[in-house]
Amino acid sequence: MARIGVFVCHCGTNIAKTVDVDRVAAAAARMPNVAYATTYLYMCSDPGQNIIKEAVKEHSLDRIVVAACSPSLHEKTFQKCAEAAGLNPYFSEMANIREQCSWVHSDREEATAKAIKLVQMAVARAYYDQELYQSQIPVHRRALVIGGGVAGIQAALDVAASGYEVVLVERTPSIGGRMAQFDKTFPTLDCAACILTPKMVEVASDPNVKIVTYAEVESVSGFLGNFEAVIRRRARSVRMDACNGCGVCYQKCPSKKIPSEFNAGLGTRTAIYVPFPQAVPNVPVIDRENCRYFLTGKCRICEKVCSAQAIDFDQQDEILKEQFGAIIVATGIDVLDHSIYGEYGYGRYPDVISGLQLERLINAGGPTQGILKRPSDGKEPESVVFIQCVGSRDDSKGFPYCSKVCCMYTAKHTILLKEKHPETEIYSFYIDIRSTGKGYEEFVRRAQEEFGVHYLRGRVSRVYPRGDKMVVMGVDSLLGQQVEVEADLVVLATAAQARSDAKELARKLNVATDRYNFFTEAHPKLRPVETLTAGVFLAGACQFPKDIPDSVASGSAAAAKVASMFSKPFLLSEPTVAEVLPLTCVGCLNCQSVCPFNAIDEVAFVNPLTREEKKVAKVNEGLCNGCGTCVAACYSSSIQLRGFTDEQIFRQIETALAP
Amino acid sequence: MSKNSTEEKQAAAAAEWEPSIVGFLCRWCSYAGADLAGSSRMEYPPNVNVIRVPCSGRIDPLFVLKAFQQGADGVLVSGCHPGDCHYAEGNYYARRRMTLLKRLLEFLGYHPHRLRLEWVSAAEAREFAEVVKDMVEQVKALGPAERYADFDGRPGAVAGLEPSIPVEVPVVGEGERK
Repeated sequence: MARIGVFVCHCGTNIAKTVDVDRVAAAAARMPNVAYATTYLYMCSDPGQNIIKEAVKEHSLDRIVVAACSPSLHEKTFQKCAEAAGLNPYFSEMANIREQCSWVHSDREEATAKAIKLVQMAVARAYYDQELYQSQIPVHRRALVIGGGVAGIQAALDVAASGYEVVLVERTPSIGGRMAQFDKTFPTLDCAACILTPKMVEVASDPNVKIVTYAEVESVSGFLGNFEAVIRRRARSVRMDACNGCGVCYQKCPSKKIPSEFNAGLGTRTAIYVPFPQAVPNVPVIDRENCRYFLTGKCRICEKVCSAQAIDFDQQDEILKEQFGAIIVATGIDVLDHSIYGEYGYGRYPDVISGLQLERLINAGGPTQGILKRPSDGKEPESVVFIQCVGSRDDSKGFPYCSKVCCMYTAKHTILLKEKHPETEIYSFYIDIRSTGKGYEEFVRRAQEEFGVHYLRGRVSRVYPRGDKMVVMGVDSLLGQQVEVEADLVVLATAAQARSDAKELARKLNVATDRYNFFTEAHPKLRPVETLTAGVFLAGACQFPKDIPDSVASGSAAAAKVASMFSKPFLLSEPTVAEVLPLTCVGCLNCQSVCPFNAIDEVAFVNPLTREEKKVAKVNEGLCNGCGTCVAACYSSSIQLRGFTDEQIFRQIETALAP
Repeated sequence: MSKNSTEEKQAAAAAEWEPSIVGFLCRWCSYAGADLAGSSRMEYPPNVNVIRVPCSGRIDPLFVLKAFQQGADGVLVSGCHPGDCHYAEGNYYARRRMTLLKRLLEFLGYHPHRLRLEWVSAAEAREFAEVVKDMVEQVKALGPAERYADFDGRPGAVAGLEPSIPVEVPVVGEGERK
């Protein structure tokens, strides 16, 4: 006989409004094996947990069932509570009567009946709970940070500051990321390079950080504390140890007409190049797809002019295999390719540019040395129109979400233009202004009031050329009028979107993505930098568009999670793994063939009664992730998944269907 | 006249009849998707009782058969989208098993709509609510499922009079641990 206690939570009115919790508790009290049932306003709160602990003592309960929210939210809470009450933590079950009952049903009768059923199923399952114990797993105290933007740099610095080794992998030839492309930052207008480049140097000189640029993560295997990552360092064709960064090679390179990625396609670069002068590491890369020598077999000018003899045309990709205890993903965002907006003429009219391109055009390190010249004829624009929400908040062509940063960077652009050329006429079409950060609203107000930027509320229907000007046709919805503005330059505030290969990386890391391919956090509020894959963390805009302060904060947060994980002597593994019952195992090893983790070995087993020896399957608990695929594949029911045994699930099925 | 009223009564009973559906949801995608449907307050009918499993690969075809034997009118099996399995490939096994099982069920005389295999991600709250609504409607149209008897002739299990929680049953694997 078990003595199960059932604890029904009101969750304020979240549950109690739709589910008659008293009736649920009364029904639970009559269920077989239930020795005690009660309700409380907030079971997860301190007094709620005390009710559980006291009831365990007073009524000699040996299992608890908490009817409350989803186990994804509070399973751990109540396992800890059970442990504090002197029970094995795995003698605790939850019935999800909030997310999957009170919040999705409105009829009180129906919802109460379903809640009773869910409690009944949890009670049936609890009866078969087993005592389980976590085992210790060792940790490799090294972190892998994927992505060298400001979030990744911050995360690497913070993990390194806690005394642990970090490998920072960056896909492009230099760390720095999006922020390195920016001119100034809102709302303080400090120069992006002035605050970022010292950080880049700091991370490069940190003895705990190893930076691997021009490299990508090919595959990741293993689990929490024991990941193995395969990193492909692409051939740079320049020896890092020999190059002194003098820059003669790219000054002399004859292939000069390659669009510069760093300048968002506006300027040009050479085939051997550093993306920008402050690059870290300051070592050029040969772009083999555009290099004359690699295309035609002739040239080698860079080799001739290199006094350090650092050019190495025969360099091969290098494969690094490294062990890590934790992984921080900080791969950032792409900018929407808004050629889908044919009505804005992007791609056809050179004077319709994106916000990121404007950022390069006003940057002193950009293709025009910071003097804003429009791309078509190099004229300095006298009037500029900004169009916001291009691709954001637009379900039909772009994304339904708000990209969060565009209102602010558009305000920044307008102020920067006005500061240099106060006589420029600037118009900004917007849907709503979203400026919800420290000093943000004041900043937008400054653009409108102090700098006299004309904010027009409404959408733009068309952009077309007239003479050497662009005509922007739209509607001012506050005046209820059609408006037509002539401009020399049109700047689109394009949506931020997930990296095109985010999904691919998510699969390598085994983490979830949302419908837009942003990485999904473990809990949107309480675990914002963790993923549901233990040991993999998120930093920066790969999770959702973030501005610089938020990216830096999430980088630090992820680093803190990693550091706290590394500070423990060992980690505890979930005991809910598969287990072979050797007495009945026939050694067919069907389980081995379906196991995704190679966690099943063949071992010899001697029957203690008959002394017969046979081959049986055995689960390596360190490798088993507890998916249970082997259990469903076993012909003789000789393999069980702890916490999800056949017996438990069969009883749940029976209970679910009993009248 | 009397014949008419019997028919009316039957029609009224059929209209009131609510199907029982058991849902097996993997904890990483579909169960989380169902949770999100809750947090987003998306209403759907209460006919599905959910059993949370670690992975759709854990779902033994016997679970589905057991559910039908115990009187389920429909069974929903839902996991991560192909390629997105938390355990890399569990949902591929689920897909193969359920495909075969579906053919067996059809052979036994169950309408194919009674077993539904769906991929619902942790973000697809609306999709989950739609799947439930749609399935309840479909199964309702089919009417109650025929039930096969329990091999052990368990009292109550077949007649469906009382929950069959046994009073004293050894815990699985207990012998091994001692």
